[in-house]
Amino acid sequence: MSVQLFFQHLANGLSLGSLYALIAIGYTMVYGILRLINFAHGEIFMIGAYTAFYLVTLTFLPWFAAFVVALGITCILGMGVERIAYRPLRDHPRISVMISAIGASFFIQNLAIVIFGGRPKTFPVPPMFGTIITIGGVNIVSITFIIPIITLIALFVLLFIVNKTKTGMAMRAVSTDHETARLMAINVDNIISITFAIGSTLAAIGGIMWGLKYPQLLPIMGLIPGLKCFIAAVVGGIGNIKGAVLGGFLLGLMEIMIIAFLPALSGYRDAFAFVLLIVILLVRPSGILGSVQGEKV
Amino acid sequence: MKKIMVMLMFVLIAGLVFAGGEQEQGSSDVIKIGVFEPMTGANAAGGAMEVEGIKLANKLYPEVLGKKVEVVIVDNKSDKVEAANAAARLVDKEKVTAIIGSWGSSFSMAAGSIVKEAQIPTVGASCTNPLVTMGNDYYFRVCFIDTFQGAVMANYAYKEVGARKVAIVQEISNDYSVGLAKFFTDEFKRLTGDENAIVAVSNYNTGDMDFTAQVTNLKSLNPDAVFAPGNYTESALLIKQARELGMDVPFLGGDTWEAPEFLDVGKKNVEGAYFSTFFTTEIPITETSEIFIDEYRKEYNKEPAAVTALGFDAYMVILDAIERAGSDDPVAVRDAIATTKGYPGAAGIITLDATGDAVKNAVIKTVKDGNFAFVTTIVPE
Amino acid sequence: MKKKYILLTIIALLLGIGLLAVLDASLGAYPKRIFILAGIYVTLALSLNLINGFTGLFTLGHAGFMAVGAYTCALLTMPPELKEMNFFLKPIVPWLANVQWPFLPALLLGGVLAGVIGFLIAAPVLRLRDDYLAIATLGFGEIIRIIFTNTQTLTNGALGLKALPRFTTVWWSWGVAAVTVFFMVNLINSSYGKAFKAIREDEVAAEAMGISLFKHKVISFTIGSVIAGIGGALMGHLLGAIDPLMFRFLMTFNILLIVVLGGIGSITGSVIGAIVVTIVMEVLRVLDGVINLGFMTIQGKPGMRMVIFSALLMAVVILYQKGLMGRNEFTWDGFFRGVNKLTGRKKG
Repeated sequence: MSVQLFFQHLANGLSLGSLYALIAIGYTMVYGILRLINFAHGEIFMIGAYTAFYLVTLTFLPWFAAFVVALGITCILGMGVERIAYRPLRDHPRISVMISAIGASFFIQNLAIVIFGGRPKTFPVPPMFGTIITIGGVNIVSITFIIPIITLIALFVLLFIVNKTKTGMAMRAVSTDHETARLMAINVDNIISITFAIGSTLAAIGGIMWGLKYPQLLPIMGLIPGLKCFIAAVVGGIGNIKGAVLGGFLLGLMEIMIIAFLPALSGYRDAFAFVLLIVILLVRPSGILGSVQGEKV
Repeated sequence: MKKIMVMLMFVLIAGLVFAGGEQEQGSSDVIKIGVFEPMTGANAAGGAMEVEGIKLANKLYPEVLGKKVEVVIVDNKSDKVEAANAAARLVDKEKVTAIIGSWGSSFSMAAGSIVKEAQIPTVGASCTNPLVTMGNDYYFRVCFIDTFQGAVMANYAYKEVGARKVAIVQEISNDYSVGLAKFFTDEFKRLTGDENAIVAVSNYNTGDMDFTAQVTNLKSLNPDAVFAPGNYTESALLIKQARELGMDVPFLGGDTWEAPEFLDVGKKNVEGAYFSTFFTTEIPITETSEIFIDEYRKEYNKEPAAVTALGFDAYMVILDAIERAGSDDPVAVRDAIATTKGYPGAAGIITLDATGDAVKNAVIKTVKDGNFAFVTTIVPE
Repeated sequence: MKKKYILLTIIALLLGIGLLAVLDASLGAYPKRIFILAGIYVTLALSLNLINGFTGLFTLGHAGFMAVGAYTCALLTMPPELKEMNFFLKPIVPWLANVQWPFLPALLLGGVLAGVIGFLIAAPVLRLRDDYLAIATLGFGEIIRIIFTNTQTLTNGALGLKALPRFTTVWWSWGVAAVTVFFMVNLINSSYGKAFKAIREDEVAAEAMGISLFKHKVISFTIGSVIAGIGGALMGHLLGAIDPLMFRFLMTFNILLIVVLGGIGSITGSVIGAIVVTIVMEVLRVLDGVINLGFMTIQGKPGMRMVIFSALLMAVVILYQKGLMGRNEFTWDGFFRGVNKLTGRKKG
């Protein structure tokens, strides 16, 4: 494989990986706080993309305004999902919450099919995201650079919030122990809502980025990426934001590189993520950056 | 065993519900034609297009043998289990005389044994997999089959594009794509006499959006052309990514590319792509074509897709058969359909062969200036 | 079971067989199909309920086991000419080309192979916690499906297998369902069953009581997969055609829906749930088309069915957590108590 080819693959892998990373952060935050796999996260991602699409095509808003408004709407939707599907089940066994999550995911997906229709929609791509840049024989679309930058910005902003603000401290407290946090006069419900808000906003950003890179929207587009991003979060260490980003990049690179070196396996692509998951769960269940948590008896 | 009592109760109730439901018969002044298509799910677009054609035909020709023709549409949800249920419902509950369906050969195949057992003739509009009609006397289709279509594209690649080495990208989870790829491969190898004429076969799954890895690999192998017989959803993205990566060889595909979304998503990247299809509005083949195209433009205010014309034809063929049979008895209609010869359909002249497939011309189209443009017609040898 | 009830149960059983015979003869093709499908879903729901409901292991990979069972049974029962016709792209592997078995052994082998796969998966995966277990089993289910899609010479890949001999009749489907019910009842009341329930309630306590967690979890998981494989094979031979896309996560979701609605941890619940959901799914089909209420017509939209079912699932889980039967089972005592309540006091 020529150096040029390798770098092309590398660029592709990093681009895909940063998308996964962006969405994985949302998963990991929610899991850290609620010990819940938010199956509906993939659907929030999808709604983010569709909302941006409709705002751009149906209103006269310029695209950056439309994107921001889409973020807001999706954020509220994410909080809504928490309020309806998860909050009532706070004290119930985990199985119930998981089933509710799966139910919510399918509900939103099917609702999207009914409302948006099953035919794909073309995401409007403003020119600055679509220009092709050539570096040393390697062709890269501008969006490929923009996504990792946005991901890293999001990462730093988030780390700042979590480590340097009071809200962040409250979030860390809640993720350690709900009861004790409550005793410390932290409004647990509010913190959880805020967590969902942040996670959903990130998912929406991810959705818009996805739409810019792969300009085709389908109601089912959130399902597989959702699963893969959860796997990325687990691989990196669930509950750990840096881990989520790492896991996302790792997964994206792995997907591309395996096909690059073993083209015959291209049909098994989706299976790679699942295989990686199982390997990690068996070898190091807490993930790469996660801390080993013993089970309290 | 204790549960059996409860089971019995419900079974009894269910049985009564269904037995009671069976009483409804269509009134004898109405001939029912059933339609099972994917109206939701992954293939909703294809199903919707075919239904447009069928509904238009029904609007223009609502009667036969002095009776009103009622079209009963059932959604197969792009799912095989549902396809079988949909067909069973049409056959048993709606008591249709004939059935049209389905977009997507796998759904047609799921319904195959049901319509065969019930002896209800079924006409597929655009399902091209040979297995649909093979071994089934009650299944017909008004389109050509993939063995022909694959060969057509292979010939085009060889003669017109001048390709000697081709890479294939197929949707591994789609029987249409896999079949078409194989038939193309066979014919292309025969034409070039070169066992290694296909430089690579790359796979992707339904719903995939990222093909950068596969395309990068292909680019390094330097094919003269790429044959990518997948759905328009993935193909448009595939070609876009290929162009962005700097690959500018011609892309060739099959009839599933002909959808407005292909142009929307692909934009200028899909300029110069070639694909085979059934029909073009630029050269109305028969008088029926002209009527169909006119009426469609009036009704929907846009250009009709090929599968819409085929849906139209499926309806027309059934109506013609009912007339020739002089009755709406399904078996008689079936026999009449089987002898369809030279019927002027909107998408060409239809003659059904012994297996129930239509022997028709193929049309090659390309994308020019953001629109589908006719290139040439290929006549079967 | 009390002595006096054994007679009652036998009578009920005979009535049941009689009813099956009546329905078999009188139902039209379409309702019969739904009825057979309901029976298959009973079996599938029970197989999932064993693992999820009775042992408390949240697994989502059921569709994979169904696929293994369905493909095994199909490949074994297809006559060689049918195989040749199906495998027109790439010929089938030689050692399968001329094999043809009768239905029952193929069905059983399908179940056994599914069980073997289940056993192999169980070992690494069952020591994971709930949520991880769910995703891991989901992953395995998908991996199985992806493998089937890519192994053209074994499974015919995306083309799937069609024109399968339609073995599944009312008798097969409900017969297997009845056997499964009988088996489940006895399993749950045995020491194994009690161990499963103990594990479900509190793993740590169960282990402290000397129950081998791992061994019992594996047993439950394996048995569940065997039954799922049999259910998958039955479904394949009802539809007459199978392909990998049938066995996606959506299939597992449908079964999960039935189990939750009927009551996680209740055999009766699964039976009732399967019948009700299968029938209602078909009945609600009207929502996809034009709803004719006599005095007005409402234009339904395709996809409304699934929206309603997902909403229903969420509603049940959030509001009426127990599902239809909760953890209760049908007993003759309970039945008569109910009857007494309805008719006023009869026997003391």
